[in-house]
Amino acid sequence: MSLPDGWEMVIGLEVHTELQTKTKLFCGCANAFGADANSQVCPVCLGLPGSLPVLNEQAVELAMAIGFALHCSVAPSTFHRKNYFYPDMPKDYQISQYDLPINSNGYLDLPDGSRVTIERAHLEEDTGKSTHLGGSGRIHGADRSLVDYNRSGVPLVEIVSGPDMRSAAQARAYAAELRGILIATGASDGRLEEGSMRFDANVSVRRPGAPLGTRCEIKNLNSLRSLQRAIDYEAARHVAILEDGGKIRQETRHWSEDLGETSTMRTKEEADDYRYFLEPDLVELSPSIEWQDRVRAALPPMPAERRATLLTIVSEPTSAQRDAVGVIVDLQLDRFVLDAVAQGADAALAIARTSNEIAAGIDSLANLSLDSFVTTLQLEASGSLSATQAKTVLAEVLATGGDPVAIAAARGFEQLASDTLSDLVASLVEAHPDEWHRFREGDEKLAQFFIGQVMKATKGQANGKAVIAELNARR
Amino acid sequence: MSSRLTREDVAKVAALARLRLSDEELDLFTEQLSKILGHADDMAALDLTGVAATAHPFGLINIVRPDVVTPSLNRDAFLSQAPDVQDFRFAVPRIVGEAP
Repeated sequence: MSLPDGWEMVIGLEVHTELQTKTKLFCGCANAFGADANSQVCPVCLGLPGSLPVLNEQAVELAMAIGFALHCSVAPSTFHRKNYFYPDMPKDYQISQYDLPINSNGYLDLPDGSRVTIERAHLEEDTGKSTHLGGSGRIHGADRSLVDYNRSGVPLVEIVSGPDMRSAAQARAYAAELRGILIATGASDGRLEEGSMRFDANVSVRRPGAPLGTRCEIKNLNSLRSLQRAIDYEAARHVAILEDGGKIRQETRHWSEDLGETSTMRTKEEADDYRYFLEPDLVELSPSIEWQDRVRAALPPMPAERRATLLTIVSEPTSAQRDAVGVIVDLQLDRFVLDAVAQGADAALAIARTSNEIAAGIDSLANLSLDSFVTTLQLEASGSLSATQAKTVLAEVLATGGDPVAIAAARGFEQLASDTLSDLVASLVEAHPDEWHRFREGDEKLAQFFIGQVMKATKGQANGKAVIAELNARR
Repeated sequence: MSSRLTREDVAKVAALARLRLSDEELDLFTEQLSKILGHADDMAALDLTGVAATAHPFGLINIVRPDVVTPSLNRDAFLSQAPDVQDFRFAVPRIVGEAP
C-alpha cells in the first residue's frame, strides 16, 4: 500500500527480543517458555526486600553478539531503574539501560540494498505476564487481572532503529532480516507466536523534504503481518487528518488485528515520568577488548553472507532464484543445499526443490536424508523422473522417510527404457504422417502433440525432454 | 536553594510514588528535600575538572554470574502470602491503563 501523492512515511522500529539464556537476567531462575504459572520465581523476581540482582554473563555475551552483528560499538554501560506502578513488575521498577547502553551506532543492510541505522541495542529485563479476566479480555472492561511472574526478569535486548524506513514493506523487511540475524547469533529463537520478539513502531508522515512530522507509537505488534498492516493504517490515518486540516496528537496507540485499526492508549500528556536513576545494586558493565574479541570471533556467518554464499552455486541467478535463496536461508537449509550440491546434485534443481517442496514439508525434515535428496535430484536431472514425479517422490520421502528409488518404483515411476521410447515415437510418427510433416517443416507446436501421444501411451511415465530429443533425432 | 524545588514539584513526585501527603507534610518535605538538593548544588560548585564520572562508589566493574539455573521458590510458599490468588496467579484489581 502506498500513500497519496505528495506524502512520505517515516518509520522507526523498537524491537524487543528475549535472549535464549538458561536463566533470567538477574537471578538463577529458569528462562523457559510455557512452564506452570509462577513456578520460575524467586525473591529477586518478586522484588522481595533484601533481594539483590546479579548480572547473567551469557546475557551480556548475547547482547554483544547482537551488537557486533549489527555493526555497533560496545561501550562501558550502566543500569538504571525505570520507576512505575504496574502489577507486571513487583519491584515497581524495571531495570534497564538508559543513557549508557551496551551497544550503539550500528546499521543493518536489507536485501534490497537499503541501509537502516541502529541507534542502540541495550539490555533490560522483561515484565511478568498479565491475563485480563472479564469484559472482552482486553484491559478496558476487565474485572480483574491475573499475574504470572515467570517472565519477570527474562533477559531482553531492545534494538532501536533510526527513523530511516519509508514504507511498511521496508519496515517488515527490516524486522524479517533482524529476526534472521537474531536467530543466526543464537540470541533468539525468533518465535514471534511465543512473544520472543515484539515490535513497537514509530510512525509519522511528511511532505518529502519537510521536517519530521508528529509521530505516534504503536505498541506490542507481535507478527510481521500486524507490523506491516498497522503501519499502513497509521500512516493513512495521519494523512487523512492532515489533509482535513487537522493536527496529529503525539500518543501511544494500540493495534487491533481483528478490527484492522489503531486506537489511543495514552496521550503524551498522560505519559509517565519514570524518574530513572542509577541502579545502586549493579556496577558498571565494561567488557574488556579481549572479552569483546572472543564474542566477535565466535559469531557465525549472518544471513546476508549466507545468501551470497548460496548464490555462488548458480552462475547467473534469476530473480526467482534470489527469492528462493532467501527462503532457504530463512529456513536454515543453506548448509543442506550446499552439501547436496557438493555430493553431485544439480544446483538449480537443489535450490528449486528445497525452496518449494522441502519448505512445504519442513516439519518432517528429519525424514529426508541428504543421500535421499541427492538421489531424487539425480533421478530428475537424468530424466529418469519427470519434474512432477520427482516432486511427488520428495513429498513422500518427507512424509514417510522411505527410499526414493523404492518409492518411485512402487508408484510405477519406472524409467521408460530409451529403446522403448524410441520404438514408441517411431510408431507414432508412422501413425500421424500429417503432424510429423508439419513438425519437420518447423511447426514446433506439434512437439506437444507428440508428447501428449507418448504420455497417453505410457500413462505419463515418459520424460517430455526425452521425447523432444527423440523427435529431433528423427527430423 | 529552596527556590529550585517548589511545593508543586514535591506534590508531583509524591503522586508518582503513590504517596498521599497532607499540606503540613508537603511543607515539611519541600523544605527537607530542598536542603538535600542544596547539598548536591554544593558539590556542583566544586572544580571537578579531570574527575571522571562515578557509576558506583565501589569502583568494581563486570560483576557477573554464570548462566546456571538455581532452584526457584515453591510457589505455594509465596502465593499463600498474596491477598488473592486464582489459577496459581496473583489476582489483582482491574488494571487502569496499559503497561508502559
